[in-house]
Amino acid sequence: MSLLSLEALTVKRGPCPVVDGVSLTIAPGECVGLIGPNGAGKTTLMRAALGLMKHEGRSSLTDLPAGARARAAAWLPQSREIAWPVTVETLVALGRLPHDSRAGDLRAEAVGRALDRMGLTAFAQRRATELSGGEQARVLIARALAQEAPLLMADEPIAGLDPAAQIATLRVFEDLAREGHAVLVSLHDLTLAARHCTRLILLDRGRIAADGLPLEVLSEARLAEVFHLRGHMLQTEDGPLLQALDVLG
Amino acid sequence: MKLALALSALVIALLMASLSLGYAPLSLSAVLGGVLGAGDPLHVMVMQEIRLPRTALAALVGAALGLSGAAMQGYLRNPLAEPGLIGVSGSAALGAVIALQTGLSAAFALALPLMALLFALGAVALILLLAGPRGGSLTLILAGIAVSALAGALTSLALNLSSNPYATFEIVFWMMGSVADRSLTHLALAAPLVALGGAVLLTLGRGLDALTLGEDGAQALGVSMTALRLKLLFGTAAAVGAATAVAGAVGFVGLVVPHLLRPLCGARPSRLLWASALGGAAMLLTADIAVRLILPERDLKLGVVMALIGAPLFLHLIYKTRRGG
Repeated sequence: MSLLSLEALTVKRGPCPVVDGVSLTIAPGECVGLIGPNGAGKTTLMRAALGLMKHEGRSSLTDLPAGARARAAAWLPQSREIAWPVTVETLVALGRLPHDSRAGDLRAEAVGRALDRMGLTAFAQRRATELSGGEQARVLIARALAQEAPLLMADEPIAGLDPAAQIATLRVFEDLAREGHAVLVSLHDLTLAARHCTRLILLDRGRIAADGLPLEVLSEARLAEVFHLRGHMLQTEDGPLLQALDVLG
Repeated sequence: MKLALALSALVIALLMASLSLGYAPLSLSAVLGGVLGAGDPLHVMVMQEIRLPRTALAALVGAALGLSGAAMQGYLRNPLAEPGLIGVSGSAALGAVIALQTGLSAAFALALPLMALLFALGAVALILLLAGPRGGSLTLILAGIAVSALAGALTSLALNLSSNPYATFEIVFWMMGSVADRSLTHLALAAPLVALGGAVLLTLGRGLDALTLGEDGAQALGVSMTALRLKLLFGTAAAVGAATAVAGAVGFVGLVVPHLLRPLCGARPSRLLWASALGGAAMLLTADIAVRLILPERDLKLGVVMALIGAPLFLHLIYKTRRGG
């Protein structure tokens, strides 16, 4: 059983395709990293898969009615918007909106779990808008976790976090995958992607350039071809490490 | 819960105060009897013909403006938004002005509110045409500004070309906004539409809460932006259109009331909806009582007093925000 399956998903901006015939499936237990240079179509791919923009081809999520879709997949957008000075707890509880509103206890439990996972329990009564940028980002991740959907899709969730928070967040995603959820996360840090994801999908100009185990995807040739980077993945005792040497013209 | 009780108690107290206030000093039992149609026929007439419509309309118009203001601010995620932003009140005013100018309102008593309503609905149709049913919030604001500007220009044109100084005079006074000298017929015309619009707006709580996360976030939580926008437009048009049709243009309520109550609601848009409805009713009742107490013989206009109360209050809020931030 897959949690997400895309068939020839295509998104066009004018006549030019931003996402071009992407097919993939994601199964429970996978923590999938979506990588690729700026403008490769990572955000567009995820938004189209969720039915947030016009597209051709099929996505298993857009076949569902809106409420069921929100229970099937949680979405963490790149723009970190918190419009009103609500408390952290209230904001995280928004993740429970797609669920039955009568289940008050379940809701409090899910919110508590999400806050705990992101190490935010002490912040519960603080106003979300008064926190620092990185803390707000973590609150929004907790909001997506509180949704407790089988699939979590996160768009550059660790951009702007301090190094410890970056690793801690990816550990949370790994844990989710181990518990039988699935995660699709777009990342720019290839070292972290190689270390924490079970699988990488490399996107180049809207097409899938590679899809497989992290070290197979991140070959020297692909770093050069897709990322225009001279470098290679070093094998260290703590895991893979990207050695970036130069930009290729 | 506490807030709901406090606001309800305040509104009830103000309703009683408004009903008890007038030229003829009436006892509380005479006031209540008169409202229900029992007791001295003179008292019944005073209550039902004069005070009840005035009081009920003040509460109704205030609730409509407060509620729409809260919904509009929630949707646009901007504390500066107000119901007038989408051009509904401007267009309703234009309809009223045309009714006054052409003498239609003299020929047929309800011509004025009906024309105002018609124009309010026309404004919504125009905005939908301009912004499209799926347009974003920015296109909605821009379309609203365009419609407001057009309605304002046409209103000025009507005044400009007016050959009848009495009509001009009447238009200017009508535009200041008031709930004085309205009848139960006005109430009967406005109440169902305000109730309908209000009911639609009150269903938006969940979607507006989700919008705290932005449009993408809300949509991914299963909220349909298209449906939300349509409900917001029609709810506001019905509530504010009907309110403006019977009371004229009353500003500041939709802007100030949600702003004032937001900290008391924990900034949650869904809680702010009903709180602003009650708060708006309380604020307009207070202003209307003030109108009658300050200069009872000069027919001070409600919209004028409202702006006089609202503007300094708003300045105070801005000052407080500046110190806090």
